[in-house]
Amino acid sequence: MRGKCGLFYTSYGQERALLTTPSQKWRFGLFLLVYLLSPLALDAYDLSVLIMVHIAVIGAVSLNLLTGSCGQISLGHGAFLGVGAYGAAYCTANGVPFVPALLLGGTASALVGLLFGIPSLRLKGIYLAIATLAAQIILTYVFLHWDAVTGGAHGMMVATPSILGYAFDTDAKTFFLTLAVAVLAILTVANILRTRTGRAFVAVRDHYLSAEIVGVNLFRTKLVAFGASSFLAGVAGGLWGHYVMYITPEMFGIGLSISYLAMIIIGGLGSVQGAVFGAIFITLLPEFLNWGSGELSGLLPGVADSLMAMKEGIFGLVLVLFLIFEPEGLNRRWQLFKAYWKLYPFAY
Amino acid sequence: MEYYLQLFINGLVIGSIYSLVALGFVIIYKATKVVNFAQGEMLMAGAYVCFALTVQAGLPFIASFLLTLGFSVLLGLCIERVVLRPMIGEPIISVIMVTIGLSSVLKALVQLFWGTDIRVYPQVLPEEPIFLAGVPVAPVYVAAFLLAGLLFAAFTFFFKYSRTGIAMRATAFDQQAAQSMGVSIKRIFALSWCIAAVVSSIGGVILGNINGINNQLGVLGLKVFPAVILGGLDSLLGAAVGGLAIGVLENVLGGAAKEFLGLSGFREVAAFIVLVIILMIRPYGLFGEKEIERV
Repeated sequence: MRGKCGLFYTSYGQERALLTTPSQKWRFGLFLLVYLLSPLALDAYDLSVLIMVHIAVIGAVSLNLLTGSCGQISLGHGAFLGVGAYGAAYCTANGVPFVPALLLGGTASALVGLLFGIPSLRLKGIYLAIATLAAQIILTYVFLHWDAVTGGAHGMMVATPSILGYAFDTDAKTFFLTLAVAVLAILTVANILRTRTGRAFVAVRDHYLSAEIVGVNLFRTKLVAFGASSFLAGVAGGLWGHYVMYITPEMFGIGLSISYLAMIIIGGLGSVQGAVFGAIFITLLPEFLNWGSGELSGLLPGVADSLMAMKEGIFGLVLVLFLIFEPEGLNRRWQLFKAYWKLYPFAY
Repeated sequence: MEYYLQLFINGLVIGSIYSLVALGFVIIYKATKVVNFAQGEMLMAGAYVCFALTVQAGLPFIASFLLTLGFSVLLGLCIERVVLRPMIGEPIISVIMVTIGLSSVLKALVQLFWGTDIRVYPQVLPEEPIFLAGVPVAPVYVAAFLLAGLLFAAFTFFFKYSRTGIAMRATAFDQQAAQSMGVSIKRIFALSWCIAAVVSSIGGVILGNINGINNQLGVLGLKVFPAVILGGLDSLLGAAVGGLAIGVLENVLGGAAKEFLGLSGFREVAAFIVLVIILMIRPYGLFGEKEIERV
């Protein structure tokens, strides 16, 4: 293997490595170090934004596994997060420790995901999107009306997470907890994609008939995608619930599903890195808008009043503009950017 | 019994609006294979424009209704040209997401101009109820149902006998063949978005006369999915039947769930449970074209 202008692999191991060049490893390590030290410099609000980014990253990479890599469109991902959140919260409320509760929430979400994944054998494309939309609406109804477990419209209180008696009660502690889970989720998905199953996902997405002909079991593969994806979504939901300490059905509505889809599309479908970019972008977008309108409100009073309408509209606008002008997402732009620096004095 | 008869009739009225929205949806899907998640917001935009013209500008109802139709034509053209044209050849998820983004933008624009309060149309039709089978029904309900029926008849004739209608059917059947016979596919695409915008805003105006309008009106667009899946994604007759059936089913099932199981709000979700069942049994719906795959 050499650097800079080309990579020459001398073993299969090198080709499969997540980080290939030494400089990549250095850069990544340095970034990680700075990032781990950031709670020292940031205030509680900035940390809470970063925690939301971590949770969004988990949700986005999990949806990307299903929609980006396996090609199964899901408009119900927000509800799967909800199942995990309610499941984990219900477990901790009944005395189950945090980590098993999180896993149980994920498992509950995986089971629900499998249930709604069953139609995927017969349904493709738009029909599957509509089926998962129905799942979203039915699950929201369940959250709202199964009072015994979910507390109905009033929502439910969630305990502070604690592992072996160590309570994650400050934003800085939760920052590390969510970061650890997010890194774990990224590594899990990146590694699933490198296995036989992951290649089967991509084969199903690209051409399901050819995949079946070369011996991929379509139904099994799709169900594994639904199960794994909704398990991770459930974990993200459980973390979210335990972080905000109060969950209501509105949190897991169709808007959440749409914003997760927006993350993977804006980031770049089918790439783990893209999902991370998208999650960061979509979570930070309202923060930028808040900041911008705060700056503007001195100059243009009245802007703040229509902020709510503007937020949703700008989200929609960003989505439309990305789809029209950058359909391959931020990841593609990042690759072009890197290629530009790599090849700098030469134009092509 | 009268309770259920009342539910049935209410269901038919709301179902006739679902049918109109579904009609717009099916026309777009048939001609362009685009699934339009912004159908409900197009309805909302039409309803608000008509409200602005009648109440805020003080025009007579008929005049503002016609102007609203003109606005819808422009809206449809604009959406097709600016948003959908660049999406040709993109994967299905991108096309879905672009219409979802569009729906957010439309909703935000409406909210920006008119806020979030419920707005009420002026009384257009008399209030004294008409009795149908012993059940009192407001005239506006009857008018809504008749208007929807009239539109469906008009579109059936349009697609069956007019030159443009036949061109649209040809496009739906085979775009390349239609183009080689001299049909302008671009024009057909634009036209189908116009028609969809127009029929949705008619639905919006009717709904405004019944219930008043607020910024949650777009949620109605979601109900179009059970309706069109039941009827078949690419069938006009299916849109009519599916819309009415879903309207009646959700009302009656919702009422029954309330009476027998004490479940409130089941109406909202009944249509989607029906939707899942239809997808499991007969995904192409009652009248939809069955897609056969060959290797």
